[in-house]
Amino acid sequence: MYLVPFLLIIPLGLAFLIALIGKKINAADSFLTAIGTSSLAVISYMIAFSVLANKILVYKTGNWISSAGIPMVVDALAAFMLVTVNTIIFLIALYSIDYVKKYTDQWKFYTLFMLMVGGINGVLVTGDIFNLYVFLEITAISGYFLVAFGTSADEFEASFKYAVMGTVASIFILLGIALLYSYTNTLNMADMANVLASKGPSKIIQFVAVLFLMGLGLKAALAPFHAWLPYAHSSAPAPVSAMLSGVVVKVSGVYALSRIFFNVFGMTAQISTVLIILGVLSMIVASLLAFGQSDIKRLFAYSSISQIGYIVLALGIATPLSIFGALFHLLNHSLFKALLFLNSGAIERTTGTRDLNKIRGVLSNTPVVGYTGITGALSICGMPPLGGFWSKLIIILACIQANRPVLGFIAISVSMLTLAYYFKALTPAMFGQAGKMAVNGAQKKVTLAMSIPMVILAVLSIVSVMMLLPNSGNALLNNAVSVLYGGRDYAAIVFGANK
Amino acid sequence: MTVYLLCLVLFSVGLYCVLRKRNIIKIIIGIGIMEYAVNLFFILLGYRHEGRSPIFAEDQMIKNVVDPLPQAVVLTTIVIGLSVTLLLVSIAIRIYEKYGTFDITKIDNLKG
Repeated sequence: MYLVPFLLIIPLGLAFLIALIGKKINAADSFLTAIGTSSLAVISYMIAFSVLANKILVYKTGNWISSAGIPMVVDALAAFMLVTVNTIIFLIALYSIDYVKKYTDQWKFYTLFMLMVGGINGVLVTGDIFNLYVFLEITAISGYFLVAFGTSADEFEASFKYAVMGTVASIFILLGIALLYSYTNTLNMADMANVLASKGPSKIIQFVAVLFLMGLGLKAALAPFHAWLPYAHSSAPAPVSAMLSGVVVKVSGVYALSRIFFNVFGMTAQISTVLIILGVLSMIVASLLAFGQSDIKRLFAYSSISQIGYIVLALGIATPLSIFGALFHLLNHSLFKALLFLNSGAIERTTGTRDLNKIRGVLSNTPVVGYTGITGALSICGMPPLGGFWSKLIIILACIQANRPVLGFIAISVSMLTLAYYFKALTPAMFGQAGKMAVNGAQKKVTLAMSIPMVILAVLSIVSVMMLLPNSGNALLNNAVSVLYGGRDYAAIVFGANK
Repeated sequence: MTVYLLCLVLFSVGLYCVLRKRNIIKIIIGIGIMEYAVNLFFILLGYRHEGRSPIFAEDQMIKNVVDPLPQAVVLTTIVIGLSVTLLLVSIAIRIYEKYGTFDITKIDNLKG
């Protein structure tokens, strides 16, 4: 329990420390970032073991009673997300050490990176809905900055569009929080769940649910709100794209959405239907749009939207099996999409282009990038025995088990579409003749510090199927499912931990 | 009730500004207006008729106090709004350097 605040202290403290000394002491910024993110990963593993033993950790900030203070709550869902997210953040931080050397003022990158990490961990551990909003904003604002970090015209355009849409979404979330506060007179999520349960269903809750769907749906890039994502993900530096797609969208979109809708509002048939519709829409629209893309990062961005669609669809079905599938797919997608974005950064670095019509012979030029990229692409297409196959299989089985075979059929078809556009886009790039490779700009090597994270991510996305076996992460995943499936039991569990 | 409706009007003005205006400076102003509308709404939620500040003192009878929590919350959101506005304005300056225009419809290198 005493470890929980360090998830915030370390990244936020390091962000300010790097801002202070990063400019003066050479390489202190990357060193501190590597130390900070690795210790965050270790701490999140320790917290996960502790959550497995104790079921929930509640840290009462300033020793206030839970309903009045701003507690930090780590239950199995948060612990599962913490482990996933902090592992990936550590690998991305390692990768970015060599990648960002091409920019001036690297310490600014690391400062913003650590601020973003602090925001992400804050969203995961907070038990207070307004604090959730503040951390969402910290994550988002550092994200707007990081997208524009390369200071080219495209990056500013992408950053401006992302910032405008993200801010409007945040304002809707804040309006929702204001209405919820006036209705329940509390900002504590567990207390709010209790009050809402005692007051019963009402029109206000439906209105607030719509506001949250707009706000968090935009942060999760669900289909009608997805316009910002291809801009931001394709223009940002590669580690930032990997962070946005692998971590930020999952945490500030999917996690916040599921926490509020399952644990605070309680899942109703209406919300479930809306989530299913949004999920199916994102799956289909994004995978059709992905066909026309010639920019490799834009392709990955559209495929992110479509895979988030799978997760939200499975959350919308809301049976234990489908929630299990959603969380497992979330884990897999974080792993292989972070991997693919890191690959695209390495490809851009060696070939000097992101255009799929010009990239040729990645496999023969840079075998590490080629093989890890193929692993990631096969996993996202759902090839057995890679992780992506099992999570999609579970989601499809859950659709059939919930007596919605049409959804299962859509999930299978979109999986085939995914295979088709990845095959179309990546086959020439990976296996094509190396002679045609574009040579504009200085060609740089893929360094060891960039290769290691890619290899680790590739290995993780192969072995993530181990999560399905007993005596592994399975227990954590199952507990996380029961947190979401239990709905408003969340309140009782949080207050039970205080006694 | 009227005051809440006026809040809604203010919010709608801001939303209209964001959605319909082509000049990016006007879009930023629109975002500011929306933020102020929500902040005002939040403050109004804590308002109590003839309430006073909730400070305890020995010789005072406290009958009706305003809710202090929205004020603390709005203070935070004002700071967040300030930083977002600052960010947007600085990006707008750099966009003007790169594109030579504030017209959002002409800033469209990225398509597809």
